[in-house]
Amino acid sequence: MPSICFYFQVHQPLRLRRYSVFDQDANYFDDIHNAEICRKVANKCYLPANQCIYDLIKLHEGRFRVSYSITGVALDQFESYTPEVVDSFRRLADTGCVEFLAETYYHSLSFLYSLEEFTDQIGLHTKRISDLFGQACTTFRDTELIYNNQLAEAVKALGFDAVLAEGTDHILGYRSPNFIYRPPNVDIKVLLKNYRLSDDIAFRFSNRGWKEWPLTADKFAGWVNQVNGNGCTVNLFMDYETFGEHQWSDTGIFDFLYHLPAELLRHPHNDFKTPREVAAAYEPVGEYDAPHMTSWADTERDLSAWLGNAMQANALHEIYALEGAVRKADDPALLRDWRCVQTSDHFYYMCTKYFADGDVHKYFNPYESPYDSYINFMNVLDNIRMRTVPAPQPQAVE
Amino acid sequence: MNVFMLGWEFPPFISGGLGTACQGLTRAMSLLGHRVIFVLPHDVAEQHATHVKLLTPKTHESARAAYAKFKINSLENVSFRSIPSTMRPYGLETGGVKTGGIEKTTVRSQSIVADGETSVSFTKSEAGGERTVAVPGTVRSPSGHYGGDMFEEVERYAAVAVEIARNETFEVIHAHDWMTFQAGIAVSRASGKPLVVHVHSTEFDRSGTRVNQPIYDIERRGVHTADRVIAVSHLTRNILLARYSAPPERVEVVYNGISEDEETMQVPPPIRRDEKIVLFLGRITMQKGPEYFLAAAKKVLEYEKNVRFVMAGSGDMTRGIIEMAAEMGIGHRVVFTGFLRGPDVARVFKMADLYVMPSVSEPFGIAPLEALSHDVPVLISKQSGVSEVLTHALKVDFWDIDEMANKIIAVLRHPPLQVTLRDHGNFEIKKFTWTDAASNCIGVYGRAIRDAGRRRAG
Repeated sequence: MPSICFYFQVHQPLRLRRYSVFDQDANYFDDIHNAEICRKVANKCYLPANQCIYDLIKLHEGRFRVSYSITGVALDQFESYTPEVVDSFRRLADTGCVEFLAETYYHSLSFLYSLEEFTDQIGLHTKRISDLFGQACTTFRDTELIYNNQLAEAVKALGFDAVLAEGTDHILGYRSPNFIYRPPNVDIKVLLKNYRLSDDIAFRFSNRGWKEWPLTADKFAGWVNQVNGNGCTVNLFMDYETFGEHQWSDTGIFDFLYHLPAELLRHPHNDFKTPREVAAAYEPVGEYDAPHMTSWADTERDLSAWLGNAMQANALHEIYALEGAVRKADDPALLRDWRCVQTSDHFYYMCTKYFADGDVHKYFNPYESPYDSYINFMNVLDNIRMRTVPAPQPQAVE
Repeated sequence: MNVFMLGWEFPPFISGGLGTACQGLTRAMSLLGHRVIFVLPHDVAEQHATHVKLLTPKTHESARAAYAKFKINSLENVSFRSIPSTMRPYGLETGGVKTGGIEKTTVRSQSIVADGETSVSFTKSEAGGERTVAVPGTVRSPSGHYGGDMFEEVERYAAVAVEIARNETFEVIHAHDWMTFQAGIAVSRASGKPLVVHVHSTEFDRSGTRVNQPIYDIERRGVHTADRVIAVSHLTRNILLARYSAPPERVEVVYNGISEDEETMQVPPPIRRDEKIVLFLGRITMQKGPEYFLAAAKKVLEYEKNVRFVMAGSGDMTRGIIEMAAEMGIGHRVVFTGFLRGPDVARVFKMADLYVMPSVSEPFGIAPLEALSHDVPVLISKQSGVSEVLTHALKVDFWDIDEMANKIIAVLRHPPLQVTLRDHGNFEIKKFTWTDAASNCIGVYGRAIRDAGRRRAG
C-alpha cells in the first residue's frame, strides 16, 4: 500500500544586475528583472497551481495532501512583488493538508563551507515558516537535495525527524527508493526521491519523443500501483515550476495534476501523505550510506553543476572566506547582501558542463556565458569585501 | 576530385590569413586524396627557392604569358602554377627597415590603402612613391618602390589562368577572394566547368563604409556568377546577402580550421615578471579596432597598475595609434613590437596573460584559435565570425570599451577565470580542423557540379 508523497520546491533567486568593475554602489540586484520574473511565474505557475491544489484538497476532503519547500529569498520576493502568492500559500496552510519543509533561507551551499552559517540560515527559515504559516518544521531538505551522512547528522542535531535525498542508483543498488532508510551514523529517517516517476512528470511530460507520451493520469496511476507490495511510499519530488513554467499550461500539465489524485485514490490501498506523516508511519528498512555528496542535479547527481570548475570553486571559497569579516562588521544590510549572493543559482550560472551544447543550463541562465556570470559575481563580491573594511575614522582635529 | 584552384598567396610567400587558409585547405584536400592545381599570380619559385622544392621547374612560353610549375613538400597532390609578374609587386624585404632584429614598418596588408591618404586610388606608381598602392598579399616598402594597376594585374592573372586551364583536367574551379574572381569566371566560361567562389573577406570588412566601387563590383559579379559561394562565417554570409544581394540558396558557410600538426615552437620561457601582459596581435588597421584596445587599456590602467599592453603588428594606423597612446598618457604602458614572425609570435604568446581581438569586422579570425593553442585565453569581438563557433572565450562588442576593460580586469585579477578559459578553450579548438573544412568544400563542389549540370540540362 504505497503512500504518495508529493514535495514541491518553490524558489526564485535574487538575480544580480550587470555589475561592472567600475560600479561602486551597493545595489547588486536586478530589481526590475526579478519583479518581472516573479510576476510571470506567479501568473503561469504559482497562482494557478495553488488554486488547483486547493481545489483538490477540498474535492478529496483532506485525503489529498502535499508538501512544499519555499525558500526565504522566494518568500521575500513574493511579499514585495506578488503578495497574492503568499496569501494563496497561507490559504493552503490553513487546510491542514499541507506541510512546509525547512531548508536554508537563501537556498545556499553553506553546509559545504560553514556549519555556523548553515545553522543560522535554517533558523531564519524555520522562523519565517512558523511566522507565515504557523507550522513548526520537522522535515529538512537541503539545496538541490544535496545530501550525505554528515548532513544527516547535522540536521538531526538541529532537531529534525526526517531528511530528503535523491534516491541515487549507486547507493541504492538493487534496492528500491520506495522505502524509508536510515543513515549509518545517526537516527533520522531518510526519504528518497523516486527519480524515475518524478522525472516522468517534471522532465518528460511534454516530450513528444518519449515513447510514453502523452502521459495521462490513469497511466501514471498504473505505474504507481505497480509499487503495491514492494514499497511503502512513492516520493515524487520536483520543482513546483514544473506546473505551468517548465511544462507550459498548453501541454495539459494542469489537467494531469487535477485528475491524478482521483486516479491514484481509485486504488483502495493508496493514500497521500506528507513527509512528516511518512516518517511517522513507516520504519526504516535498511541503511542508506552516503559518504559522498549527492544531489538531484543533472545525470551525475553530484555537485558538479555548482563546483565543476575552478571559477565556481574560487567564487564559493571567496564568499565563505568573508564570513568572519562580514559578521564582525555587524551591519545588517551587509550581512543580508552577503547571504543573498550565497544562493546556489549564482554558481549554477558559472557551470561550463554542456555549455557548448546549449541545454537546460542555458535556458535558466540570464548570462551569455559562464564566464560573464563569474566576472559579474566577482565584481559584486569585491564590493562586498570592501564594505567589510570599516571606513577610516576621521582624525579628531585638536 | 580534381580542383582548379585560384589563389593570390600561399605560405611562405605571405604570412597572413588568406594564404594560411589556402595552405590548410589544400593540404587537407591532398590528404583526402583530391588533386589540386593551385594557380598563383607570381613567380614564387624564383624568390623563395629555399622553401620550395621544384619538381618541374620548366617554363612554358605561350602567346600570352609564361608560367612556372612546381611542387611544395608535404603537398602530395597539389601542383602549383605561378605567373611571373612583370610588375614584381612581391619584391619582398627589399625595403623593410630592420631595427633590432624586428621588422618595423612592413606588413602584409590585405586591404588596399593609399599611402598616407585615406582615399583609395589605383594609379600607377609615380616618382617619389606618393601614390603607390599596397597590393593584397604584398609587403609594402615605405618608400613605395613598386606600384602598378591592381586591376591590370587582376586581368592579366585571369588571362594567364585561362591559358593554364587549357592544359589541365579538372571538374570544378575554386577561386579565393576578389582578386581571383575574374580569373574564376573566365576559366569557367572557357572550360564550361562550375565555379565556386570563396569569400574570406569583403570590401566592407576591409574598408568599413568607404567602399572601393571597382572592387565591390568584382566581388558582386563573382558572387552572382558563381554556381556556389563559400563564406567563412554567417557574419560574412549575412554581408553577402545584405550588401551584395547574393542568392541565399547558393551561399554556404564553411568555417576555417587550424593546423592540426602545428609543431609547437620551442621557445625559452620568458623571464617571469610581476607584470601582467595583455596582447593585441594583428594588423594595426581600421578593421582590427586598435583604438578600442587602447581606450580599454586606459581604463584598465586606472584600476590595475601592474599591467603592460603589447601591440604586435603594423599597418597604416600604426603611427596614429602610437601618438594616441602618448596623448592618453599611457605610452609607458603600451609596447609596440612591430610585425612579428614565427618564433617571435610564439614568444609573445608565451608571455601573454590575455589575447584581445577587438576587430570592428572580422570575417573569421584565426588568431584567437592560435592564441588558445598557445594556452592564452581570449577576449574577442562579437563582430567576428569565430565568435559564432567559439564558446569558451570572453566576448564583447568592439565599441563597448567599458565592458572590454571590465573583462580584461577580471582576467588580470582572478586567475581561476584565466585557467578555466584556457583549459576549456584549448580543448574546444580541436574541433576546428582543416580536414572538416576541406570535406565541407568537397560537399560544396558536389552541389555546384549538380547545379551546373541541371542548368545545362534545363
